[in-house]
Amino acid sequence: MKKSHYLIAIFCSIIFISSCKKNEDAIATDTKGQFSIEFEHQVNGTALALNTTTYKNAKNEDFKISVFKYYVSNIKLSKADGTSVLLPESYFLIDESKSDSKLITLQDVPTGDYTKIEYTIGVDYARNFAGAQTGALDPINGMFWTWNSGYIFVKIEGSSPLSTAVDHALTFHIGGVTDPNNTIRKFSADINTANPLRVRADSKPKMHFIVNAANLFTGTTDVSFATTNFTMGGDKSVIVADNYAKGMFRLDHIHN
Amino acid sequence: MLFLSIALMYACSKNETELLPTQVDITFTVPANFPAPTYNFENNKLTNAGFALGRKLFYEARLSADKSISCGSCHQQFAAFANLDHKVSHGVNNCQGKRNSPPLFNLAWQKGYFWDGGVKNIETVPLNAIGDVCEMSTDIQSIITFLKNTPPYPNLFKQAFGATEINSQLVLKSFAQFTAVLVSGNAKYDQVSRKENGATFTPGEQAGYLLFKEKCSSCHKEPFFTDFSYRSNGLDLTSTDEGRAHITGVETDMGTFRVPTLRNIEYTGPYMHDGRFYSLDEVLEHYNSGVEPAENLDPLLKNGIALSATEQKQIKLFLITLTDHDFIKNTLYSEQ
Repeated sequence: MKKSHYLIAIFCSIIFISSCKKNEDAIATDTKGQFSIEFEHQVNGTALALNTTTYKNAKNEDFKISVFKYYVSNIKLSKADGTSVLLPESYFLIDESKSDSKLITLQDVPTGDYTKIEYTIGVDYARNFAGAQTGALDPINGMFWTWNSGYIFVKIEGSSPLSTAVDHALTFHIGGVTDPNNTIRKFSADINTANPLRVRADSKPKMHFIVNAANLFTGTTDVSFATTNFTMGGDKSVIVADNYAKGMFRLDHIHN
Repeated sequence: MLFLSIALMYACSKNETELLPTQVDITFTVPANFPAPTYNFENNKLTNAGFALGRKLFYEARLSADKSISCGSCHQQFAAFANLDHKVSHGVNNCQGKRNSPPLFNLAWQKGYFWDGGVKNIETVPLNAIGDVCEMSTDIQSIITFLKNTPPYPNLFKQAFGATEINSQLVLKSFAQFTAVLVSGNAKYDQVSRKENGATFTPGEQAGYLLFKEKCSSCHKEPFFTDFSYRSNGLDLTSTDEGRAHITGVETDMGTFRVPTLRNIEYTGPYMHDGRFYSLDEVLEHYNSGVEPAENLDPLLKNGIALSATEQKQIKLFLITLTDHDFIKNTLYSEQ
């Protein structure tokens, strides 16, 4: 086991050295550590409860949530000196109904003090068309569109009395990677330099994010369920993506 | 041999030869008059066992919801893997689909799949037909469960991929090992253009070829006889099918469809995205006199394509030289 980790470490270093710009070489290091990220799902300050609790959107319209899942990918960490590392093969599907999925662990991370984290909400362009995938990107996860291939980046379903759809359903499947309806969005959070993410060979720091599901429906454009209750890609998905890119994720604290 | 073999396979093992009765090694061959393919098996190593498994899955009706429809049901080899005499695909529970089942060959060169180009990688193509309620009406998870519990599939996956676990990736990769190998590039036209076996066009075919190059080839571009673009050929003033716009959401794509290949056109009728024309005569007459000034009509078709009766006859003679009998009759591609 140890030996294989060592080999992976060497391999990653080689890839890193050969693919990164000069100023990033500095953190190519032979010591690796790990850290984890916990995504705590809320709706406007209270814990998200599927199916049971009635919430209000920014337009004061009642709604319930039955499904909430999304991709986080291409996690990148930066140090105060501007150097950064993109964590290879970092694709995660976070699903409210699967508690294990809300705590992700990143292995083989070069040790160091990181002051910024960035990631893609969704899946990068290339992987949408890269053929049959496994793991988080396996189409069995129900996050892959088969008729217009590509991943659903964020999926929220539920109901609202205001919705004109059958059974007052809310169906928001956000995805699409081509203009004018490209919904790939990046999120970044600066980390307090007084308490950076300290990745060490012998510790397991944990980042804690608050994820506010209500932010799909406010932030840039307030969404009314009377007029917008269904989207599967397209211009309405762009509105939702702009909303969640702005305020859905918030770095709350770090346990080093 | 003018065929260039770019993927020579290793000799087959004992188990694999049971699936392939003849001592033929499956290769992916690029005809000399074709460019390099888009899909090149780089991340999906072609093997006899992988191909044989993909072929078996292609003809496996038990994958569908009511166990009645396989891929091969709507993609028949004698029709160059299109669907003979069916305007639109005919799926489970007698459901009639929306569009004409396209032929399957030279898929490794294609950039978008289906009439609207909604799928961009050959490996994920089957997911569409698997999930469509008017086609197989199931889902990949149900298929995986079926394959795990149905001999000889677990063994076949082991032979093909060395894997003890069947997952969606392996199912899709084995499908691609079959579908991407389907290359049609040995029609009379190909032999003439490669100057092979002393093949020559008859005067009628030659006249048709010249007419074709003048009047048709800007969209039906050689050697695939499609430029893989999406266009409206003015079938209706207002298209009832949004076509490419269903994928892009762009107004100017409304009613446009992928330019279909004309290879094996003799056997791939009925024609057009909705299978409205049963004969090539109807198709040619459409271009001669039936092009409607549709909203997004391709500018090249603004005035239709004037074709006299003699010209239509000559073009038809040429089109029939695009039939690849070796491909249609190749038993390697048939249900075993």
